[in-house]
Amino acid sequence: MKTIDLQKHTVRDLNQALHDQAVECTIREWEVLEPKGQHNIACGLDQNLAVDIKGHAGYFCAGMNKKAHVTIFGNAGQGVAENMMSGTVRVKGDASQAAGATAHGGLLVIEGNAGARCGISMKGVDIVVKGNVGHMSCFMGQAGSLVVCGDAGDALGDSLYETHIYVKGSVKSLGADCIEKEMREEHIEELTELLNRAGVEEDPKSFKRYGSARQLYNFKVDNASAY
Amino acid sequence: MCGIVGLYLKNKALESQLGALFTPMLIAMTDRGPDSAGFAIYGDEVPDGSTKLTLRHIDENYDWGSLAGSIKDDLDVTVDWFKNSKVAVFKVGCEAEVIQNYLAEKEADILILSAGQSIEILKEVGLPENIAETFNLASMKGSHIIGHTRMATESAVTMEGSHPFSTGQDLCLVHNGSLSNHNRLREELKREGVTFQTENDSEVAAGYLTNRLRKGDTLNEALQGALKDLDGFFTFTIGTRDGFAVVRDPIACKPAVMAETDDYVAMASEYQALTTLPGIENAKVWEPEPETIYVWERDQ
Repeated sequence: MKTIDLQKHTVRDLNQALHDQAVECTIREWEVLEPKGQHNIACGLDQNLAVDIKGHAGYFCAGMNKKAHVTIFGNAGQGVAENMMSGTVRVKGDASQAAGATAHGGLLVIEGNAGARCGISMKGVDIVVKGNVGHMSCFMGQAGSLVVCGDAGDALGDSLYETHIYVKGSVKSLGADCIEKEMREEHIEELTELLNRAGVEEDPKSFKRYGSARQLYNFKVDNASAY
Repeated sequence: MCGIVGLYLKNKALESQLGALFTPMLIAMTDRGPDSAGFAIYGDEVPDGSTKLTLRHIDENYDWGSLAGSIKDDLDVTVDWFKNSKVAVFKVGCEAEVIQNYLAEKEADILILSAGQSIEILKEVGLPENIAETFNLASMKGSHIIGHTRMATESAVTMEGSHPFSTGQDLCLVHNGSLSNHNRLREELKREGVTFQTENDSEVAAGYLTNRLRKGDTLNEALQGALKDLDGFFTFTIGTRDGFAVVRDPIACKPAVMAETDDYVAMASEYQALTTLPGIENAKVWEPEPETIYVWERDQ
């Protein structure tokens, strides 16, 4: 295991060392000490690495992640795991706004609460939040799943495409074109698998499912003639 | 962009270290605001019936001693004063209105940066570390302090356009964000008798609060009004004589993070600015909710 102290090395040094592993993997396990809220830690990884960040991270931590498994032993700032492609990002504390924004794949687990716009424009990532999510979560979510074990804030799933949303607690309000939907057997199966992958113990039957009513402009075949 | 920082001490034993604890917080926000910086510090109170003012004059070599003498003679009151860099702090044995009216009449070139019993507002163009050094921030004592590092967007980089803005006696405001209806609102406030020194949008927010408080609103009521009437992006931190308040707009796209221990409550635009505080590793750290007013105040 390699340990890098971010009070002795720059984030750029750390990220370069992690990027070098994409060419030839010589060290699988990495430990990052004293992050002290710095931005862009462990961004753009492209190798099957395990990276443990021991403290609070700043903005965009583990952004663009591919294959790697990044764990933040603290809180994460804005845009954690934004545009992730694959791999796993786990936040032991809370995450700020836009967690998992635009992410295409992989699994993002937030063990605390997530702020506003969690999963905004998500394109295939699976996000499991043990606590609450803030307002406008899953805005324009296109694919993937968002699981919320606590409560959701205002305008959940506004202008939603095909992301599956599961919420155990209350939903303050639903966004435009987002509706509650029937929880069928296939959804219980999907949610069971998501909770298992995230290592979260909850009863899938206690969740409600939300999805797109498919009534907005893009869903109307009548509008096809505009192109 | 801009950076905001605030520190409110619950443990009075730390009051002698307020400036030293706060200096690295302000400097940590240089990336968010390298154009100018400023802070409002609360402490060294004058008794009821007396007023503390922070003053500047366009002439850097202005004779403050002679002004003190004139105030003493003309108003027949006690005057105690000291100079800190380009700013003079005056402690005058009369109500704020009396000395403010006197200065407005006698010395139009004097800018009153703050007035009250506790507050001192110090601000300047340049890098936060230079400003901290200029005013010897690290040696300052007090109960609480709020500060700002500015990346200018809506008006020029000047001392006057720097934050904090005074919003009344012992009150001030720092702002991260930008307001879109500040021009119309400024005109409305001018008609109601509020005066402005700049074209700055944040000064309009300060003027708005001043006007509401003057009309008898509580701080909470004034901030509820601000949430309704101010259009734009904002995280505000408002300094009061007894503590500070934090409020974010309903969309909350401007960042804010809070930390609390038995010794202090701190806020900053980014967690990076809190890392030098004692015991931060075990502090309760969270993001203030949008459209929610947070107030920390010591008991009277």
